[in-house]
Amino acid sequence: MFSLKELEKEAIEIRKRTLEIIFNASGGHTGGSLSSIDILTALYFNVMKIDPLYPDDPERDRFIMSKGHSVEGYYSVLARRGFISDDLLDTYGKFNSLLTGHPTRKVPGVELNSGALGHGLSVGVGMALAAKRQGKNFRTFVLMGDGEHGEGSIMEAAAAAGHYRLDNLIAIIDRNKLQISGFTEEIMSIEDLRKKYEACGWEVKECNGHDIPGLIRVLSEVPVAAGKPTFVIAHTIKGKGVSFIENKAGWHHKVPSREQLQEAIMELNKKKEEIDG
Amino acid sequence: MAESIIPCRLAFTNTILEEAKKDKSIFVVTSDARGSVTLEEFARELPGQFVEVGIAEQNAVGVATGLALCGNNVFVCGPACFYSARSLEQVKMDVAYTHANVKIIGVSGGVSYGALGASHHSLHDIAVMRTFPGMQVYLPADRFQTAGLIQFLVQSSEPAYVRMGRNVVPDVYNESDPFTAAKANVLKEGKDVTIIACGETVFHALEASKKLGKEGIQARVMDIHTLKPIDSEAILLAARETGQIITVEEHSIFGGLGSVVAETISQQYPVKMKILGIPDENVINAKPLEIFEYYGLTANNIVKETMKMLNTKV
Repeated sequence: MFSLKELEKEAIEIRKRTLEIIFNASGGHTGGSLSSIDILTALYFNVMKIDPLYPDDPERDRFIMSKGHSVEGYYSVLARRGFISDDLLDTYGKFNSLLTGHPTRKVPGVELNSGALGHGLSVGVGMALAAKRQGKNFRTFVLMGDGEHGEGSIMEAAAAAGHYRLDNLIAIIDRNKLQISGFTEEIMSIEDLRKKYEACGWEVKECNGHDIPGLIRVLSEVPVAAGKPTFVIAHTIKGKGVSFIENKAGWHHKVPSREQLQEAIMELNKKKEEIDG
Repeated sequence: MAESIIPCRLAFTNTILEEAKKDKSIFVVTSDARGSVTLEEFARELPGQFVEVGIAEQNAVGVATGLALCGNNVFVCGPACFYSARSLEQVKMDVAYTHANVKIIGVSGGVSYGALGASHHSLHDIAVMRTFPGMQVYLPADRFQTAGLIQFLVQSSEPAYVRMGRNVVPDVYNESDPFTAAKANVLKEGKDVTIIACGETVFHALEASKKLGKEGIQARVMDIHTLKPIDSEAILLAARETGQIITVEEHSIFGGLGSVVAETISQQYPVKMKILGIPDENVINAKPLEIFEYYGLTANNIVKETMKMLNTKV
């Protein structure tokens, strides 16, 4: 078990590695990766019952990366948690790498090939339903983006989760308020998210998506209400952790220059020192 | 041979119900189509293995994938027109790309719905489904072949798409005929020409061969129930031994059976070919059999096209 302090430091190391592999590959989704990392760290290092030595354990908790484009952060978490080797990350963006630019099940720990938006919640409903029908105790977590909520298929899945009373299903939205072209509420409003999910029979929770202890608290107390799936609105900042990347739509898939990478790593190292006090 | 009294979709549901009683990992998912698929009995008898998602094909395919990734053998069923178009990205990503143990059962395929119009026709499904890596594609010809195919698919864990019709069709096979996936069936030997068909056109190809026989023409009839993986060997043998091929399909002339056969022979043993199917137009309002007649997918036109081809032999 990791201490909270250790988890915060893990998240910083993961951010550094994420930026490195994006730089090495000359491509990647920088903003969304950085905004998801604290959520992924809370899940992979604390909340979920998973074992990197047995990635196919039938009793494991399931995780679906529905916002598949934030893959560099995801791969870095899987490496840091021991599902894949750190060396493998260096192949990212190289010819015939095992690591595709969106998640695939060829990578240990990945449950679904994703990259097309609006698919993950339906698959999560199927997994949660399988657990219910077969008397299994595993939970299913699905991480979605906020721009992703433009996809109508998500609402089909939300309705089904409420209908089947899937209290073993937890959907999290990385609510960084930005999508590739600008602010979600200016491009195409997705609010009122709380009311939408509540109307489908979900219990809705909100938290700071960068506060790892807070995330762990919220994600550990599910099911919040018996017979209800849980929707967690994790308020985040796109590009979180690197001041010049934060909250800028332009960094959706911008690649840092060598100088910017060094500057980012210095900033992250400084944050790590502050944690150590 | 007995006259069929049940459509292929009922042969599917009877078979899957029997199999699912023996195997708890078999699930059926549908989208408010339990009537059109004939799943009422399944829903009543095995509610724990039946999942209804309402009119939401995209969700149906995603939910089926989630069930499959937890170790289940999942059949997602509904009208072929919707599963081969509305939820196509889910089929591509969740089923084919993820390589999930999901079989898409598209019922009332082709022009089964007759005058209901293009919204309800699926004349593009072979073309799109076969381009997804790893996706198998099947079109059974009658109730017996459907039952054999479903028994095979229950044992398989590969992603697959099956298209079957809505209406009762004449038997082509006997109940005891075995089903072998990816192996074309030569239903009638012949040396002058080969008529290749799949699904509901197999019956019409056989009828045509009888008429041709009276004219002294020996037509080989081949049923390619498995469009993918394709039995190239049988096609090439037909090309070599009969020298000309006519394909007949309830599908657009683009990308279906005719294309599969042409792709095969053109690269290895080119022979003269004629592709009979639905042309590039919105289908006329009529009953299914009338549509077949109108576009020349029944015996008389197959005979006419065969004679034409034989007479222009170089």
